[in-house]
Amino acid sequence: MTAAVLLGHGLVIASALFVIGLVGVLVRRNLLFQLLSIEIMLNAAGMAFVIAGARWGQADGQVMFIFILVMAAAEVAVGLALLLRVSRQVRDLDGDAVSAMRG
Amino acid sequence: MGDLLCSLPIWLVPALPALGFLVLAVIGGQLPRRWAAVIGTGSVGLSAAATLGVAACFLRHPPAGGVRIETLWTWIDVGSFEIGFSLALDALSLVMIFVVSFVGFLIHLYSTEYMADDEGFSRFFAYMNLFVAFMLMLVLADNLFLLYLGWEGVGLCSYLLIGFWYTDAANGAAAQKAFIVTRVGDTAMAVALLLLFKHAGTLDVRQAMAWATENWAPGSTMAVVVALLLLGGAVGKSAQLPLQTWLPDAMAGPTPVSALIHAATMVTAGVYLIARTHAVFLLAPPAMTAVAVVGAATLLLAGCSALVQTDIKRVLAYSTISQIGYMFLGLGVGAWSAAVFHLMTHAFFKALLFLAAGAVILALHHEQDIFKMGGLRKRLPAVFWTFLLGSASLAALPVVTAGFYSKDLILWAAWASSAGAPWLWAAGAIGALLTAFYSFRLVFIVFFGDEKGHVDHRPGLKIVLPLAVLAALSVVGGFVETPGWLGHVTAFSHLTESALPAVDWAVTDHHVEHRLQAVVAGITLLGVLAAYLLYLRPSSIPAAVKATALGAWLSRFWLSGWGFDALYDRLFIRPFKGLAHLLRGDPFDEISATVARVAESGHSALSRTQNGRIRTYAFGIGVGAVIAAAIVVLT
Repeated sequence: MTAAVLLGHGLVIASALFVIGLVGVLVRRNLLFQLLSIEIMLNAAGMAFVIAGARWGQADGQVMFIFILVMAAAEVAVGLALLLRVSRQVRDLDGDAVSAMRG
Repeated sequence: MGDLLCSLPIWLVPALPALGFLVLAVIGGQLPRRWAAVIGTGSVGLSAAATLGVAACFLRHPPAGGVRIETLWTWIDVGSFEIGFSLALDALSLVMIFVVSFVGFLIHLYSTEYMADDEGFSRFFAYMNLFVAFMLMLVLADNLFLLYLGWEGVGLCSYLLIGFWYTDAANGAAAQKAFIVTRVGDTAMAVALLLLFKHAGTLDVRQAMAWATENWAPGSTMAVVVALLLLGGAVGKSAQLPLQTWLPDAMAGPTPVSALIHAATMVTAGVYLIARTHAVFLLAPPAMTAVAVVGAATLLLAGCSALVQTDIKRVLAYSTISQIGYMFLGLGVGAWSAAVFHLMTHAFFKALLFLAAGAVILALHHEQDIFKMGGLRKRLPAVFWTFLLGSASLAALPVVTAGFYSKDLILWAAWASSAGAPWLWAAGAIGALLTAFYSFRLVFIVFFGDEKGHVDHRPGLKIVLPLAVLAALSVVGGFVETPGWLGHVTAFSHLTESALPAVDWAVTDHHVEHRLQAVVAGITLLGVLAAYLLYLRPSSIPAAVKATALGAWLSRFWLSGWGFDALYDRLFIRPFKGLAHLLRGDPFDEISATVARVAESGHSALSRTQNGRIRTYAFGIGVGAVIAAAIVVLT
């Protein structure tokens, strides 16, 4: 299997993952599932990095993936903390119900 | 002694009333009435005494050039524009400060009794003192800028005092009318001053006049324009045609105010202004003619209106307008000294008439309708005799009254000066007939006939004394200048010749002069006789004339002052009010309001996108990213 074919297939999978994540964010109303979808999107981006690094035989892509992993961990920590506050205050995890900041 | 008097500074004359004003304005409310009266009257009295001292010095040691200048401080100094706060005393201002401070003092003295029961006693004296201070500043000003300050100051005091009894809305309206109408003239005057400064580069009276004489050719456009604008200012202040409408309404103020401001001093400021700037007028013959014509027309119009008035103060108000018309006639034919002479005698007898009328009004419990008076001769003898002398002086009864000498000089100049004309003299002569008629009509109706009103207040000493002094002045005040066949005293013209140019005579034939004097004297006596026949003896003629259609119309027309109020109402006031009504909704604000409305609707449209839903935002971000990527990829 050539590197070009690897790249093409890999990016298709990454894009598919990203779109699945995005659709999840847009369609799901439960905040917890929206967070999960964001994780999927992040992993899609990380996968694109790894595939691109493999295509050119360089380690940069994997370094970037570690960055994204750390960032995702931090994001989940903050996101879950917010989620806990919201669930205590609104007694609901419906994202559309938390719209007090509307203009 | 003379040197001692000469150490008396001129600034004391206006400063004393100003000090009186300050004291009364600050603590007047707490002072007992007696003290307010002492301060109010005393300050003007001291000012009059200072005037005497200054005058004695001036007469004994005439200053070089006929002017004594006193610079107090520099008022404004911006680049080449330098205005000193300086006073100048020459013969013209000497006559004026004499009239203002002495007549002012007598009127203040009178007011202490006239206003004794008024709530605003100390406020009244504060305003009056302020007025005297501003008036003295006006006539003593060394530059036209300071003169303008005094000019506006007296206008302010006039406004405050006409509306003195402000709880009656009509008085406030009269005060506003006086202020606004004179403002029209003041604007013209301000433009004249600006033009003078632009061309001459100075507002110092003597420097500006000298510059004008040197640089403007006689009859040059600029000189005519400046002279006409100055005339506009004078016309507004002196209630001459076409800005005379405010003066009859100004009678809403207390009677001493009418005597001081609207008869003796402020309204003659226009005459003073023209006399002060005579150099410009001499360069502008058309403007001189305009002054004479305004004077002649005003004296006739106002004289006719005075014939039919029923309010004693309005008769006197129209008579004032008419007499100032004589002064303008004198100025217009170049008889500067005669005009100022008439200003002085008029101040005496018109102040007297107003004060006497005030005594009558007070005695009859604020009744001003002359047809509700009558037979007061026996009830108020002192008032009657002084009023009679004042009326005689106003009518210019020959030889024995001051008014005769001053009016005679003006009429002779109207005929015989190079700027004069027989028709100007004729206007003055007809005016003399009207004057004699209306002044004695007043005497006969008010003081003779059946008693109608109930006299419940007899004038005390503080009212009678000023009346007596002014009555004496109304008689002897004329003897300072008499015609050739009657002693040929020339004290007044001798005094003023250092400040005002002499008349440029075109006719010097004394036979003509004597014949004209005889004619005017005859006309005057005819007027008195007519008043006697129509109003003293039981006569049905006035009623019969009024019953005819023409008589009734003319009577209404003259009563309303030739319909000027109605005319101005239609020409200016109603269009102005209509415009104000149109602009009430601020149509011009629509422009900025539209901008605001667009911004507001934009805001509400955009704020609707902020619905607080995370999914919508995420969708927006996604779409935006797609669009951005598309742009990057496709271009």
